[in-house]
Amino acid sequence: MLVFAGIAADLLVRGGALDVRFLVEAPSRSGRAGGIGPILVSTAAILAICIAVCAPLGVAAALLLSEWRGRGLAAGRVIGLSLDVLAGVPSIVFGLFGSAFFCRTLDLGFSLLSGGLTLACMALPLVARTAEAGFRAVPLEYRAGAAALGLSRAAVARHVTVPAAMPSILAGLALGIGRALAETAALLFTSGYVDRLPGSLWDSGRAMSVHVYDLAMNVPGGDPNAYRSAFVLIVMILAIQVALQGGLGAWARRRWHVA
Amino acid sequence: MSPEHEVAIETIDLSVAYSGRPALCGVSLPLRRGKITAVVGPSGCGKTTFLSALNRLTDLLPGCLVSGSVRVAGREVLDSAVLLPWLRSRVGMIFQKPNPFPISVRRNLLLAPREHGLLGNDRGEGLLERVLRQVGLWDEVKDRLDLVATRLSGGQQQRLCIARALALEPEVLLMDEPCSSLDPLASGVVEELIASLRGRYTLVVVTHNLPQARRIADDVAFFWARAGCGRLVESGPAAQVLESPREELTSAYVRGMRG
Repeated sequence: MLVFAGIAADLLVRGGALDVRFLVEAPSRSGRAGGIGPILVSTAAILAICIAVCAPLGVAAALLLSEWRGRGLAAGRVIGLSLDVLAGVPSIVFGLFGSAFFCRTLDLGFSLLSGGLTLACMALPLVARTAEAGFRAVPLEYRAGAAALGLSRAAVARHVTVPAAMPSILAGLALGIGRALAETAALLFTSGYVDRLPGSLWDSGRAMSVHVYDLAMNVPGGDPNAYRSAFVLIVMILAIQVALQGGLGAWARRRWHVA
Repeated sequence: MSPEHEVAIETIDLSVAYSGRPALCGVSLPLRRGKITAVVGPSGCGKTTFLSALNRLTDLLPGCLVSGSVRVAGREVLDSAVLLPWLRSRVGMIFQKPNPFPISVRRNLLLAPREHGLLGNDRGEGLLERVLRQVGLWDEVKDRLDLVATRLSGGQQQRLCIARALALEPEVLLMDEPCSSLDPLASGVVEELIASLRGRYTLVVVTHNLPQARRIADDVAFFWARAGCGRLVESGPAAQVLESPREELTSAYVRGMRG
């Protein structure tokens, strides 16, 4: 908490005053002046794509690993191993993979779609492994009880295991989103760094962290806005963590009364 | 055979082994329809294993091998062609620790009937009230049907689990020490409930509690482990087995000298 407060304070001091105009205006003179409006939009779009893809895939992989393991032991092991390897791959490699696969092979070009999908690959292991741990923590009594009622595994997963593990799924999602929002390298090659407002998901767009990187490294005199953008970014990450882990997590715990 | 002695479920030379280690050896036991059979014996004598083999909950345990024969309504249920949802809706099970799902009282009761297609377009209100009245829980929870079931007291949870099993209209109910995790008061209520189900259902109740067996059982089956493997020592009408047992071992056990 202290470290976080320190970083936030430092960014505020160096960045100077922050107002609503900064959040909605388009950047001008390569970001030295103006705001970050279009960049927030691009970031939101990339994040939405990332979540839409990695949440269902991650939960499905976790279910496969924890609930269906008995049958397909070999398949389970291969998937588990792939997830662990994926978790250890440097982000620049994801960037190159995304550039080659999503941009070229699938012909999505430099676009928000390519960026979001690349981030989904990166966040997948975090989401899947955290959700899997959550599924494994669901008491065996529920499974035995469900089996004794003649319920199918799919029904048990849908009505019992997934709701009971909801706090873990949300925590995994929060971790994945944190990693995705912090990502620069993987996005440089996939969603690009054009700082105008994207017209569609097939358009190129600049994410927050790419913006911070660009202002800090490539734009002389871009520092104040880099600091301001960085401040907005960490507040965003904090807000999402609090919302997912705190608010929604507590709601899920209340809703299903699980630990 | 007179209807009174009609057999609802019967095992013939039933043996169970866990990963090659025998746990239950050659149990042949007919269970009379509409009667309460208490399965008694010391810990580790295969009582729970016997119970789990009757509705094939043993299928859940990897490495568990069941041989011999279990007949429900004259049908061999160890046959792999038997559909588990069918078997388990005919033969319900109540566990030692109450295990309602962490969802509402209503959904706990209606989940299985809905999955088994027993409800059709019916919203299940009638079924809900009927099974809750059957277990004496209706007046206690009728205003709290949307409460998460794990918030009920232990005794209420156990009665809810019994109601959940009754909602599938089973013929046989297996109960694995249904009162042993409850306080004396709740235990008494559940015991009375079990006694009230006599006649309509065939009940098999595993218990450590001999006074309880005396109070509720029509028939008693006494198990004992010999050479690490649970065997049926003696079975018959409760009065005979508990008061004037044929076997030396049974006599020692019911007098509290062994086990």
